[in-house]
Amino acid sequence: MSIISEAKDFLDQTGQISRFAGRFFSHGLKPKFEIKELLSQCYLIGYKSFPLVGLTGFIMGLVLTMQLRPSLVSYGVQSELPVMVGIAIVREIGPVITALIFAGKIGSSIGAELGSMKVTEQIDSMDVSGTNPFKYLVATRVIATSLMLPILTILGDAVSLFGAYIGVNIKSVTNIRFFFVQVFESLSYSDVLPAVIKTIFFGFAVGLIGCYKGFNSTKGTQGVGSSANSAVVLSSVLIFILDLLTVQLTNLLGLN
Amino acid sequence: MNIGAIKNKAEGEQQPISGPVIVIEHLYKRFGANIVLEDFSLSVEREENVVVLGKSGAGKSVLIKCIIGLLKPDKGKILVFGEDVTSMDEDELAKARTKIGFLFQANALYDSMTVRENLEFPLRRHWTSLGETEVGKMVKEALENVGLTHTSDMMPAELSGGMLKRIALARTLILKPEIILYDEPTTGLDPVTAREIDQLILTLQKKYKTSSIIISHDMNCVRNIADRVILLLEGRCYADGTYKTLESSSDPKINQFFQ
Repeated sequence: MSIISEAKDFLDQTGQISRFAGRFFSHGLKPKFEIKELLSQCYLIGYKSFPLVGLTGFIMGLVLTMQLRPSLVSYGVQSELPVMVGIAIVREIGPVITALIFAGKIGSSIGAELGSMKVTEQIDSMDVSGTNPFKYLVATRVIATSLMLPILTILGDAVSLFGAYIGVNIKSVTNIRFFFVQVFESLSYSDVLPAVIKTIFFGFAVGLIGCYKGFNSTKGTQGVGSSANSAVVLSSVLIFILDLLTVQLTNLLGLN
Repeated sequence: MNIGAIKNKAEGEQQPISGPVIVIEHLYKRFGANIVLEDFSLSVEREENVVVLGKSGAGKSVLIKCIIGLLKPDKGKILVFGEDVTSMDEDELAKARTKIGFLFQANALYDSMTVRENLEFPLRRHWTSLGETEVGKMVKEALENVGLTHTSDMMPAELSGGMLKRIALARTLILKPEIILYDEPTTGLDPVTAREIDQLILTLQKKYKTSSIIISHDMNCVRNIADRVILLLEGRCYADGTYKTLESSSDPKINQFFQ
């Protein structure tokens, strides 16, 4: 495939995703709302993802602390370890890693579920039974991912900081209260708020891409696999792009 | 309150309209360079079973998907109870669809829901005023109609092909539509089950006085069900008549389907 046709495909897909997002804002947010389905999706997307987010967060905090310690020891500032780890986790690593785990678990699941419904005509069936499938399937999932990812990130950060506390205690003895006081004293609202707010956009991207890929799935079971796969790849890339943009924006607004 | 009364209450006591229930006028539909329907016209009378025959890819499924509004035709009119579905917005279409049932070829049951939830889904969304007892009664009646009351708590994955078709038919009928569109109702079923489905379609049609368009390749099904057979060839209505008339036709294009 030539570069020109690849560029054309890229632009074509970007346009279609933008239209899909436009449809979400113009149709998906209008009454009547599918509250029951939204709550069900919040439970499945949020509550059911916490064990995985918690586990990866814990390991990430522990490993990050163990990796940082030798460098800080060489400069004689190992006492600053909780501060460094705290800022790194809350500002950047926590939101991005949680969002990537979320994209892997939820993005693929939404892509595969909706893709499977599409190829087995369940979406058409919903349509002919007088239910708007865009509102029932897409709007509820996109809203649920946008709401649940910030909550998961906050919980993931907390577990990650606990992992960091364990990591600090491997080589030295630190009181848990003293560790968390040190962490929280080093953090300001400008560290926490932009980090949490950007996860709303990450969640939106994961939900939207998963739904877009599933809703436009073709070619039978192979297409379902492809939808799930490309939902994860594309939403992961989008997470990094959005992260870059939000960092630039917070710099411009002087929030750093 | 009986089910008919529940339906009338939900629909605002609508009275039946006389004349054809579906009128299709000069319908055109193409996908890129592929012309699927070209100047296709058809009318279906009340309580009539019209079978549409045609080769694979002839546009039979496209035709019924245009009627239900899943596909938008390029040109032409589709009047259902006198109202043109091609010019309806989403809300009007949703309302019109309560009068039209659609049985999908692959059944399209929601595989994350039990049989009961599948049947309750259209009911709870259309007739929101119905209480738990009335919903329960209607689900029970729908399952009794297809002889599968014991499957209500089963998942679609636990059912056989014939049972899935029956449940899909029960779900299609639960809103008591006046028109039913069947997309190859007996494809993929063994001959015995296929005959049972044919019989079930006829029984339920008589019971609820529905009008139907049936897409089928199964000539036994066509013979058993059809009041009238339409042959769709090259996007047009090539032949229109009873099964016997078309069966005895000397036209080789018609004859090839009856051999």
